[in-house]
Amino acid sequence: MTEPLPGCLLEVAGLRTAFHTRAGTVRAVDGVDVMVRRGECIGVVGESGSGKSVTFASVMGLIRSPGRIEAGTIRFDGQDLRALSPRQMRAIRGRDIAMTMQDALTALNPALTVGEQIAEVLEAHDEDLPRRGPARRRAITDRAVEMLRLVGIPSPAERLRQYPHEFSGGMRQRMMIAIALSSRPKLLIADEPTTALDVTIQAQVLELIADIRARLGMSVVLITHDLAVVAEHCDRVMVMYAGEVVEEGPTQAVIGDPRHPYTKGLLASIPRPALRGEKIHPIKGQVPDLINLPDQCRFQSRCPEAGPDCLARIHMHPAGPGRRARCIRRLDGGQADE
Amino acid sequence: MSEPLLSVSGLTKVYRGTPGIVGRLMGRPTLEVKAVSDVSLSVERGEILGLIGESGCGKSTLGRTILRLHEPTEGAIRFDGIDVAALPPREMKAMRRRMQIIFQDPYASLNPRRTVADIVGLPLQLHGLARSKAETRDSVAAIIEKVGLKTAHLDRYPHQFSGGQRQRIGIARALVSRPEFIVCDEPVSALDVSIQAQIIELLSDLKRDMGLTYLFISHDISVIGYLSDRVAVMYLGEVVEIGPVQAILERPRHPYTQTLMSAVPRVEAEGGRKRVRLMGDLPSPLDPPGGCKFHTRCPLATDLCRSRAPVSQSVGIGHHASCHRLNESFNLLEGETA
Amino acid sequence: MSDADVTRPAPSQSLLVRNLVVFAENRLAAGSAVIVLVFVALALFAPLIAPQDPNATDLFSRLQPPAWQAGGDWGHVLGCDALGRDILSRIIYGSRVSMLVGATVVFIATSIGILAGLAAGYLGGWVDTIISRTVDILLGFPYLIFAIGLMAMMGAGLGNIILALVYKEWVIPCRVVRAETLATREQEYVEAARALGASNRHIMLREILPNFLSPVIVVSTIRMANVIILEASLSFLGLGVQPPTASWGAMVADGRAFIMQAWWVSTFPGLAILLLVLALNVASQGLRDAFDPRFHE
Repeated sequence: MTEPLPGCLLEVAGLRTAFHTRAGTVRAVDGVDVMVRRGECIGVVGESGSGKSVTFASVMGLIRSPGRIEAGTIRFDGQDLRALSPRQMRAIRGRDIAMTMQDALTALNPALTVGEQIAEVLEAHDEDLPRRGPARRRAITDRAVEMLRLVGIPSPAERLRQYPHEFSGGMRQRMMIAIALSSRPKLLIADEPTTALDVTIQAQVLELIADIRARLGMSVVLITHDLAVVAEHCDRVMVMYAGEVVEEGPTQAVIGDPRHPYTKGLLASIPRPALRGEKIHPIKGQVPDLINLPDQCRFQSRCPEAGPDCLARIHMHPAGPGRRARCIRRLDGGQADE
Repeated sequence: MSEPLLSVSGLTKVYRGTPGIVGRLMGRPTLEVKAVSDVSLSVERGEILGLIGESGCGKSTLGRTILRLHEPTEGAIRFDGIDVAALPPREMKAMRRRMQIIFQDPYASLNPRRTVADIVGLPLQLHGLARSKAETRDSVAAIIEKVGLKTAHLDRYPHQFSGGQRQRIGIARALVSRPEFIVCDEPVSALDVSIQAQIIELLSDLKRDMGLTYLFISHDISVIGYLSDRVAVMYLGEVVEIGPVQAILERPRHPYTQTLMSAVPRVEAEGGRKRVRLMGDLPSPLDPPGGCKFHTRCPLATDLCRSRAPVSQSVGIGHHASCHRLNESFNLLEGETA
Repeated sequence: MSDADVTRPAPSQSLLVRNLVVFAENRLAAGSAVIVLVFVALALFAPLIAPQDPNATDLFSRLQPPAWQAGGDWGHVLGCDALGRDILSRIIYGSRVSMLVGATVVFIATSIGILAGLAAGYLGGWVDTIISRTVDILLGFPYLIFAIGLMAMMGAGLGNIILALVYKEWVIPCRVVRAETLATREQEYVEAARALGASNRHIMLREILPNFLSPVIVVSTIRMANVIILEASLSFLGLGVQPPTASWGAMVADGRAFIMQAWWVSTFPGLAILLLVLALNVASQGLRDAFDPRFHE
């Protein structure tokens, strides 16, 4: 697949990212394909160690030693990101693709005011600004105020002069979104944007992202461990487990009728008031160690449906319209597509 | 009805920050935070009381003040007919065998320098519950197996375990002295979804097998709704609503509870669910609003709410709420004020 | 410390071994550690090693130069002092005073400092106020002047030197331990121990202290070099160990009057101080690097 598909903004194929540690090589991302269409919101779900954050850190070119991208192509808006120089990559990062981190307090620079941090992004990426002089400075301030207003921060002009620690957790997360959005990116990667926040604030931030997506027409990748968040906000979902995508497809279809036992197990693990008094059925065991994984289904040791035929390498199989799952059971007779 | 196992009345916890010698000389006032403000509630034997609220609402402080890990500023705590708040240190120490706590963070709550056998055996040693080393080890081994670990794990250190296993160790430590009452302080919040379900299952099995009573603190309505018999909702140090779980989930009366319910993302699509947007952030507990503490964010606030604090009223069997506008039987979730 | 459990072996054997390997890989530090060990051996086995009786005077050998200079002989390798005593033997015996004072002061001061620091950090309140103010006041005095003043009050002698140095030395481990205790006190496992009904003593000694005991011990070895210099300074001023007991500081002072005619009388004990202090410093820095996880990886 060398030609970009029409309408496709980000296309990752066969991505492998590994960390070479003293204890051995950790295959954090092992053959992951991602496709994000223009204007779409895709949810990436997985537990810790599933590789969901590493996948998108790889896309952003943020993998540092001892980590290394070993294979795969990353095409963004027609460009091969892996072929770019670090300098060209910096230009894309922040301008065309922006990322927000889970922990806004550590991701923001504590020594700069909010205004200065937004100005930094604008200085680096905005070509529409006047060349120099007071006009340029005024334009930057206006844009910064506009961004803070966009993310719903009250009295934005005064807030520009404040430092990150003077904001509450929800405000900081919004500010990070404001900084990420100030270059009007085509793709926003939001890594656990609400995990550290309270439910009422979480609802505000998620609505904000949805609202801005609709207004600016950008694509959003929402990385989260919370299937309910995905259910309410994403068009499509990608479920990751132990460095692999195990299931993907339209959100309602995947959540309504999961085809991979892991997705099924995850859904069954969510405690629901409606199930009071009934037993929940947690997935047994733990995520396997990602060092020296054998070439077989990675979920096999925890899977209630595993059999001897699961001890081979399992590929993604079609599992309904627009859906694929990495499982050889319950596939409606589809063929392996690799 | 028999006497409840635990009853708390008028419990208040105030933290005072002394400004230091220089501050005092400069006439700076003593900072006061009323983390828990005039809370009254009771927990029946064998029941799970869920305590829900957002960060900073004082739910953890309430749990710890009940156990006298923090000394109460005012109010009474009766446990099994004994006035715990007035117990002298010696008897308080003996009482600790009967009331235990499970912590949120499975990493911070286990001493990294001690083995599992040391950690879990400590309560037996402190309360002289075992006559010999062998007996201690037998009891520890028994409880370790009960929480789903192996006796082979006894001589390992906490860092050799995963988050879920460490939480099991913390549970074993709390249960080894055969307590009757456990404060579960967000015991599953730091865990991955599939592990969360395992721990919830374990906690409900243990409760049934050992005849325990829980005060279950969480910010997660799904977990609270699944586990609890009754639910108390806290906002800025006060219990604003308390009642049977069905009533709280299906017919919440306080506008804050209604907002909280509407903010939770759910996996199942629900028709006609309206999301109530809360304005702004939680007010600073250093400077709480006067009148009803929720009035700054409440869509229904009137002048009365701003000037006078509401008192708790009965709104159903065992169901109480503190709001001036209860008689108007509004429901924010339906968007109607009848 | 009364609680025997405090000194039980480091829990993770592999961690200890790994730290020692890191330490051994640092050649300079490991070499310095060997030099320190040589001095320890000299002090322990002085009677077996010293070629002469350190206190035997021989007026015929007064100010005899070292062996390799004209007029020297191999019976007194480093020459003799004004009373004809063998300098090499006196240096070997003098290491006993330095080592004894250094080790005793650091041991007592660290023990006091750990207990005071734990109490101040964990108990807080007035206990903390009293301990912390005392620490501040003691830190305000220049160390040597403070020690000289105390020695003047108490009189010279080995025991008094140790006391005079301990008086102030404990504040250093105390401050470190207090800071570490404040940080560790907030850990949930400390709260867990309280919830289980553990006493303050149990919490301080068994839950909190083991988490930073080894870095504190390593820090205190760095202080040993300072204590040795202070002891030498006091002895140099005549406030230290009383003659004829050999002490490096006193030996340097003895040679002062003859420095033009007989340089060796002051120089060799001075070099001994220099070598030991340098080796101690380098070795303990290496130890700190190896044992402080912040320098790992």
